[in-house]
Amino acid sequence: MSTIEDLKTAVINGRRKDVQTLVPELLESGIEPAALLSQALIPAMGVVGERFKKNEVFVPEMLVSARAMKEAMNILEPKLLEAGIRPEHTAVIGTVEGDLHDIGKNLVATMWKGAGFDVIDLGVNVSPARFIEAIEEHKPHIVGLSALLTTTMPAMRDTVAAIREAGHSAVKLLIGGAPITQSYADEIGADGYSRDAASAVDAAKAALGI
Amino acid sequence: MKYKTLAIADPAKLIYGRAPRPIKTRRGMCIGGGLIYPELNFTLPDINIRKEAMPEIVRHYQQIVTEALERAAELEAPGVMLEFETLPPMTEHPALGMEVVNILLEGIEDAHDKYGLKAALRCTPNDNREFVRPPLMRSGRYWDAMLELFDQSAAAGAEFLSIESVGGKELHDDALVNGDLRAVLFSLCVMGVRDMKFIWDHIVAITAKHGVHAAGDTACGFGNTAMVLAERKMIPRVFAAVVRAVTAVRSLVAYECGAVGPGKDCGYENPVLKAITGCPMSMEGKTAACAHLSPMGNLAAATADLWSNESVQNIKLLGGMAPTCYMEQLVYDCRLMNTAAAEGEASALQMRDWLVKSDAGRDPQAMILTPESSITIAHAIVQAPSHYAAGIAAARAAVKILRETNEAGCLRIDAREAGWLDRMDDELDDMPHTEDAFIEEMMDEVDLEKFTPADYGL
Ligand code: B12
Repeated sequence: MSTIEDLKTAVINGRRKDVQTLVPELLESGIEPAALLSQALIPAMGVVGERFKKNEVFVPEMLVSARAMKEAMNILEPKLLEAGIRPEHTAVIGTVEGDLHDIGKNLVATMWKGAGFDVIDLGVNVSPARFIEAIEEHKPHIVGLSALLTTTMPAMRDTVAAIREAGHSAVKLLIGGAPITQSYADEIGADGYSRDAASAVDAAKAALGI
Repeated sequence: MKYKTLAIADPAKLIYGRAPRPIKTRRGMCIGGGLIYPELNFTLPDINIRKEAMPEIVRHYQQIVTEALERAAELEAPGVMLEFETLPPMTEHPALGMEVVNILLEGIEDAHDKYGLKAALRCTPNDNREFVRPPLMRSGRYWDAMLELFDQSAAAGAEFLSIESVGGKELHDDALVNGDLRAVLFSLCVMGVRDMKFIWDHIVAITAKHGVHAAGDTACGFGNTAMVLAERKMIPRVFAAVVRAVTAVRSLVAYECGAVGPGKDCGYENPVLKAITGCPMSMEGKTAACAHLSPMGNLAAATADLWSNESVQNIKLLGGMAPTCYMEQLVYDCRLMNTAAAEGEASALQMRDWLVKSDAGRDPQAMILTPESSITIAHAIVQAPSHYAAGIAAARAAVKILRETNEAGCLRIDAREAGWLDRMDDELDDMPHTEDAFIEEMMDEVDLEKFTPADYGL
């Protein structure tokens, strides 16, 4: 009989085919969808994230695991919804106006998804108004802003200010990108910063106090 | 494929400061004619670029050009290239870009009047076509504005036009983070090659109209993205090295359309292009650490005709403003290399070989860009019947070089990367024989929301 541990291993090793058979099998054996998520998928991505942090695996290998998790989620999501279970945390992420760099932002989004967050990715060149619209629509707990150009750092500052001015004082604002520092985060009133995708999950959890 | 043979087939002739097809500037620099010259590149500190900020922006560029050229003259630089790589709003609104172009041209004139300094301007507009998603590659306001800035800057006196074009990048970032060589080949050699042909026919027409030089493109958004990701341990270095070899096929198209160089600094693939075309090349290495890290800070200089710092913000360092400090570093590097060359061919080669040897064994990408490897890859490219076949041939040649130098103990490859050589060989073995067959296969696999096939004639 297959176990939750088998599913976790399959995700860690990025074996999508195995995931496709294991998930229905485990559900049939009576295990709750929420348990598969919290005891297999999220811990698996945690292991992969740790390995990546320690330079034991490369991004392509990490993404194979992420895709395996997505495979599982395709089956689990409708069931979770049916049971009225929503992800505990929602995040909106985007690259600020005038900036098209998105490789780093995409990796952060992947890591957040791996941690079980519901992630809404607004893409690149996102205006303050678009961020605010998304906050009003999705009511996220976290908003991630990315900027890679020194010349779009002011757009990041403007976006943070606009979000606060629009009255969204509870949402946690996390920022990142090559020219960004903790002191810049402090200066513009962001709630957190992380220098890479691997620690973006920790930064998000710290900002949320979880 | 236009080039069927190599302009430089002997590795001993692939050397800094000398190119079979040198270029003279109006003020009398001869690029590739025996001397290596500095090429300074600079950018703004954090400023929101809009109309109201223009007075401050103007002050920055005035300060950069005045102080950096003054220092170059004090250090007796034999000549200087300035590169104005615009920031996106300056191409989007050519009037903003032209304001800066004119300041730089005035600064160049002033420095000539005051110190007799020979300087020239390379103007590099942004390829902003990807500001709309999926990008509009062959029309629209971004395309029009880019051509306008090319045209106006050449009319005003910029002697060299370059770009870091982005055609094919829609699929390439994903190809990189997934370590997918097949998708890399599709992005660079199917999409990229087609877009390069389109854009460079336009640029060459503009340079012909104004009697200036079409100076070449770079696969920066492809090869350097891979290199930076590898430096950050996100993708394997051997993979980034093979991607670099393939980028040469894409960048070559500019020269096939009539570009004459000097190729743009961030094209680390330039040694391969110099071997094929004989055109002079700009390179960047250790003096570009202000912009990004690289694993071949010395080696990059070995075959360069211009030596660049890629980009530095106009901020204050202890020695002075950063562009002035970088000008000084570039001038000293060039002075040393020119001094070696002045002592004769043997000294120049000795200098070159030290530059090469100090990096080559430590990094796969450095190893595939040594003069010998560059020529091997160049050979593979010119012998191929099509760009598609050339991409596969370049990749194969690169994998072979990595495998052989590693086995011979000349190159260190990280243990967890070793399997990637087999993985890449397998992918290359599975490539369809014809480009048409490849396109047919890929059209079923790729995300058609990311690009518009018709914009690539697909
Ligand atoms: C790849 C790249 C590109 C690619 C982008 C591809 C893409 N889809 O993103 C292309 C070629 C398109 C590009 C274009 C340009 N680029 Co660029 N680019 C880079 C490069 C080499 C690497 C960036 C990268 O992907 N790094 C890898 C990722 C994984 O790292 P990262 O982005 O830093 O993200 C990590 C962290 O920062 C953090 N993070 C990031 N975002 C967030 C968000 C949150 C919420 C959190 C918590 C964390 C976080 O986690 C990420 C994962 O670990 C940098 C060099 C550098 N030193 O960064 C230049 C660089 C950023 N680019 C630069 C420039 C100038 C440009 C152009 C203007 C060039 C031109 N003249 O056309 C255009 C601008 C286009 C635009 N409007 O944005 C300059 C910026 C200089 C300046 N003044 O600021 C740099 C520094 C290069 C240089 N030195 O000249 N570029």
